[in-house]
Amino acid sequence: MENIKVIVGLGSCGIATGANKVYNLIKDIKQRDKLNIDLGKTSCVGMCYNEPLVEIFDKTGYYLYGNIDETTVNDIIENHIKNNNPVNDYLISYKLISDNNKIKFFKEEDKTFSLSQHKIVLRNCGYINPESIADYESRQGYQSIKKIAHEKISSASVVKTIMDSGLRGRGGGGFPTGLKWKFAANKKSDEKYIICNADEGDPGAFMDRSVLEGDPHSVIEGMIIGAYAIEATHGVIYCRAEYPLAIKRLNIALTQARKKAYLGKNIISIKGFNFDIIVKEGAGAFVCGEETALIASVEGKRGMPRKRPPFPAEAGLWNKPTNINNVETFANVPWIILNGSEEFTKFGTEKSKGTKVFALAGKVKHSGLVEVPMGITLRDIIFKIGGGIKDGKKFKAVQLGGPSGGCIPEHLLDTIVDYDSINSTGAIMGSGGMIVMDETTCMVDLARFFLDFVQKESCGKCTFCRIGTKRMLEILTRITQGEGEEGDIEKLEELSYQIKDNSLCGLGQTAPNPVLTTIKYFRDEYEAHIKKKRCPAKSCKKLITYEVDPEKCTGCTVCAINCPVDAISGERKKPHLIDQNNCIKCGVCYSKCKFNAIKLY
Amino acid sequence: MRIKRTNTSKNKTKNHLKVDLKLIDPIISKYKNKKGNLIPILQGVQTTYGFIPHEAFIKLSDEIGLKLNDLYGVATFYAQFRLHPGGKHIIKVCHGTACHVQNSDGITDALKEELKINDGETTKDNLFTLESVACLGCCSLAPVMMIDGETYGKLDNAKAVKIIREIKKTEFRV
Repeated sequence: MENIKVIVGLGSCGIATGANKVYNLIKDIKQRDKLNIDLGKTSCVGMCYNEPLVEIFDKTGYYLYGNIDETTVNDIIENHIKNNNPVNDYLISYKLISDNNKIKFFKEEDKTFSLSQHKIVLRNCGYINPESIADYESRQGYQSIKKIAHEKISSASVVKTIMDSGLRGRGGGGFPTGLKWKFAANKKSDEKYIICNADEGDPGAFMDRSVLEGDPHSVIEGMIIGAYAIEATHGVIYCRAEYPLAIKRLNIALTQARKKAYLGKNIISIKGFNFDIIVKEGAGAFVCGEETALIASVEGKRGMPRKRPPFPAEAGLWNKPTNINNVETFANVPWIILNGSEEFTKFGTEKSKGTKVFALAGKVKHSGLVEVPMGITLRDIIFKIGGGIKDGKKFKAVQLGGPSGGCIPEHLLDTIVDYDSINSTGAIMGSGGMIVMDETTCMVDLARFFLDFVQKESCGKCTFCRIGTKRMLEILTRITQGEGEEGDIEKLEELSYQIKDNSLCGLGQTAPNPVLTTIKYFRDEYEAHIKKKRCPAKSCKKLITYEVDPEKCTGCTVCAINCPVDAISGERKKPHLIDQNNCIKCGVCYSKCKFNAIKLY
Repeated sequence: MRIKRTNTSKNKTKNHLKVDLKLIDPIISKYKNKKGNLIPILQGVQTTYGFIPHEAFIKLSDEIGLKLNDLYGVATFYAQFRLHPGGKHIIKVCHGTACHVQNSDGITDALKEELKINDGETTKDNLFTLESVACLGCCSLAPVMMIDGETYGKLDNAKAVKIIREIKKTEFRV
């Protein structure tokens, strides 16, 4: 009989929830009980809210278990592996061979989460061992570059296919990839560079990390095809140092690809096609996501953007023609070459083709990595796939595009995912961070949060970005502390437009977006802070008060015991009192009280 | 703007520890005369010592021929580089958007209280350094912190403090 296959999901998120422990435990039990199982690893399948995930393939079919810990793993081994009795309590989905491998789910929500997606970029994530090139090859890996070699497809027609597919840069800008390639291809030079921008610095985004950790070869193959198309000689993957697992797996994948001659000289017997890739680790600077800053950083300089033109396609890395695309963009390329541009254009809207990967997080029930066809509404992503808002709270806004993006309020939730539709709301598509916020998130504080981020990350070159963001941050901090003044909103708007108009790079040009969109859609919250000195979301500490409701307080003393600053006093079985001068507004009493006796206003 | 860390070099004299400069010879010979070498060199030096000592800057400048101001310029630009030794355990509390809306500020406050230090500082016994970072990329588990490369997710204030106390316990047992 064939061995039972047991596969543990070991992406960064899985590891953080204890997947390594689960893996090691299974390994120990396997040795101890001499079990005939093949234990394997895979990466993120996107269902982060059910991590750690364990998959089992046995003679009857396929089973996916979720939320596994050290006790449940014993249960599964005893019942399922030793006695062929799947444990329904922890099962998410299964496919039985006797049922033609039809996928069945236990919970409706998991079904919607999985079946509403369409995977092109994430086609292999969670299905292969990312450290095995054979696994990648078994799922049509490196078939596209072989197709190019066997069918003798010219580099010009590769560029044309990508142009016809309508693929646009997935890093956020949305510039047509094919056109970018054409510019770089047109420039003649003995040396040309192709760079993969894997400096995913947006707070709240982890799509690129998941692709690099889960399917590094797809990005490498995309780069090889890009190199063929623009006749590049050298490749660089610029990856954040904060992603150690991604860097490790990329290096493993590159070594494997070299061994199999997908990299090196005369690749797949295409005469004169010499190309290799190195990984460069970033050192922690958000601005290095901007292409000219990224180039400076690869050259070992401070990552400061420079004026364009000349564009990188003319004079980029070491002054040679250079093409830069983002991780997700490259991961799309092999699929397009293999399936044709027409197949790709079947997904999406008129001007935005294909799919988009989003990192869905925040106050949403099912956070995770989702890939959806362009054209889907934001409402469907958040309420159908994401399962709605956590803890029965009310939806307030969704933030797209990180510090360069904006907040979209409820009445615009039927906006479709498409570069132009999202731009029209004042937000941007961005690289795919999608943070859902509920009624307890203060929009002024959120704007302050992003300004704090860009202010720290500004490289300091342009006055408006360097000083303007600082001034805006000061105003926003004042407002959230109850010291807002009449005219602050107008001042913020004026500064915003000046910073947008007078900054050199994308960081400055988009830095005010979070402020502008929150003013546009949540002006009443700003006004409540400034005029009434109140925070409607009850989140800004200086503007809220905790008080004991003497009617409801039973004098159980729980609040007094838990108060970190001993600001609550009172006798046992008698109503307690909070000393407002000592209260640090930490909210511990509010969350600990079982009788709803702490009032917050 | 990205200049903050240059201003904090008050305890320079304290850093004149016994730095064995020979340790970085392999890094220098590996990267010398390669273009674009500066960041990998600094990363290598930091891996060796846990920070980049002033003496190492001088040695790098002498042996590689890069100007000292260029070296410092790069080292102070990127958040990764440390000019002062950190504690034995580096606590990085994530302040990405997903963590922020789920009260990562509270986590930092609780840890400040527990360790009796401010954000960016090191405890007196040199055991812990508390830092805030922009995003660790584990947004679905927010709020998150990373200690010595290990990520802890779905935190609340009490959980975060408990993790620190566990580490303290193992430290004092040794």
